Amino acid sequence: MGQLKLENACKSFGTVDVIRDVNLEVKDGEFCVFVGPSGCGKSTLLRMIAGLEDISSGDILIDGQVVNTTPPSQREIAMVFQSYALYPHLNVRDNMGLGLKQAGQPKAQVAQSVDRAAEMLDLSAYLTRRPGELSGGQRQRVAIGRAIVRKPKLFLFDEPLSNLDAALRVQTRIEIANLHRELGATIVYVTHDQVEAMTLADRIVVLRDGRIEQVGAPMELYNNPANEFVAGFIGSPKMNFLNASALGAPGKSVGVRPEHITLSDSGAGIDGRVSHVEHLGGETLVYINADPHGLVTVRLFGEHAYSVNDRLIMRPDMARAFHFDDNGQRLHPTPA
Amino acid sequence: MSNPITSARGNLGRTAAAHVILIAYTILALYPVFLILINSVKQRRAIFNDPLALPTAETFDPIGFQTVLEQGNFLLYFQNSMIVTVVSLFFVLLFGAMAAFALAEYRFRGNLLMGLYLALGIMIPIRLGTVAILEIMVAAGLVNTLTSLVLVYTAQGLPLAVFILQEFMRQVSDDLKNAARIDGLSEYRIFFTIALPLVRPAMATVAVFTMIPIWNDLWFPLILAPGEATKTLTLGSQIFLGQYVTDWNAVLAALSLAIFPVVVLYLIFSRQLIRGITKGAVK
Repeated sequence: MGQLKLENACKSFGTVDVIRDVNLEVKDGEFCVFVGPSGCGKSTLLRMIAGLEDISSGDILIDGQVVNTTPPSQREIAMVFQSYALYPHLNVRDNMGLGLKQAGQPKAQVAQSVDRAAEMLDLSAYLTRRPGELSGGQRQRVAIGRAIVRKPKLFLFDEPLSNLDAALRVQTRIEIANLHRELGATIVYVTHDQVEAMTLADRIVVLRDGRIEQVGAPMELYNNPANEFVAGFIGSPKMNFLNASALGAPGKSVGVRPEHITLSDSGAGIDGRVSHVEHLGGETLVYINADPHGLVTVRLFGEHAYSVNDRLIMRPDMARAFHFDDNGQRLHPTPA
Repeated sequence: MSNPITSARGNLGRTAAAHVILIAYTILALYPVFLILINSVKQRRAIFNDPLALPTAETFDPIGFQTVLEQGNFLLYFQNSMIVTVVSLFFVLLFGAMAAFALAEYRFRGNLLMGLYLALGIMIPIRLGTVAILEIMVAAGLVNTLTSLVLVYTAQGLPLAVFILQEFMRQVSDDLKNAARIDGLSEYRIFFTIALPLVRPAMATVAVFTMIPIWNDLWFPLILAPGEATKTLTLGSQIFLGQYVTDWNAVLAALSLAIFPVVVLYLIFSRQLIRGITKGAVK
């Protein structure tokens, strides 16, 4: 219960194509995250699945049924919005129960469903409050509760954590992950934050300019990116792209993750000068200027006493490097 | 960095100055109303001898109010004015908000043109069409009915209402409307239960702007509904203004009485300007 399938889904506003030929299958119980830079069409795609935007061509199937023209309320989906979108004039209980009431469920049953969801989300004490009397985190939990209550086939999350502060974001992220385990529900989740994508997803869909760049499990994308864009987008801090010809490597650029470079004072390697150091306690990020590669980020475990303008030698782990051609596509050079 | 104490004092000075200006303006604006009120309870001779003086025990005389309440169907006029104003206001707000919602919410061909067309009435006074309106009303058999006035005033108030409310309807969160759609609310319920409460302050503003010209209008009652049974307050008061003799006591008393309903309506709407309820919906 809760499969989603997109077949050649396209969407255009006038002459502008925002979603181009998207094919995707989300399995029952899967946590699927759409990730991409702003303007890549991920929110539009989610709204198309919800039925809030119509589909220009192609098909959307939920549990094998084409729902292209089905109104949102009959698609058996629930959506959580970035701005919470709670009804300001209703209290928490009515906010959560409105969908069921609208579907004609008996009062007692609605109350029961709301109580159960409220308990799950630690909201039982706030059921009679209005949204205006709640904190940001509580409001977001009410919005999630409103989705749970409806027992949908498909949960849709549209950047639900963007309005929360950093600490609350981590906490709510864990709550969402737990919720997914408890409910075993199919979730489609949109975010521009690759950390959220990595930590939550069973499968990540990387989008750019309305196209799917790559689909895969988080570690698959990390260890085996299909192209330069995905390689740069997944992983934090961002992957370094070194000049291939300067290293005598094939293609245009060599992608090396900041954690796969070691530093030393002497010996063979890439010569550079420290331009900035960030001490984070558990790890140290060193930014090094090296011609012709530009600014290279190096991530070191633990504390290191480098200072600006130090001269250092970098040694990238070439066994874990990725090679990309002029078009940013991955090259798989045969090991010599 | 400025010293917080001196800057607080500076603020205090500025606040005081602002209040002095506002109070002065209030006095200036309300003084004519005040004059009407005090002269309405004075003897005719006292009105002319010293119009600015307050009524004293000697000059006090409620003859104006007696005349007004005894002569003519003052209560009926009052009722007519009230019916016309409230019903017109209701339609202006209802249709204005509906049109504004549609223009702001739905993408359809000619959306922009339709918006401009509806706003055209702000620039063209409806009185230019008086002759045509009278012809229509005669043809429809609506002369000397309150319906004719309600229709004209609704048309008169709509352009500004649509224009102002459209802007506010755009500010209603899309997420909120979409959440309601997913919850299965119809577009009408989204309009009435979500959008309308959120634009209530704007509705109150529009109501005040719309109400006052309707209440004060003399033109259309005189032309469309001059019959005794459909006279409005403004028209009814005219009987005291003669070509040669004017019963000033009665005129001033009638005007004083006419002020109160407007004040009451204004108080009702201004309470709606408090926006507390919109808090916490989004973000």
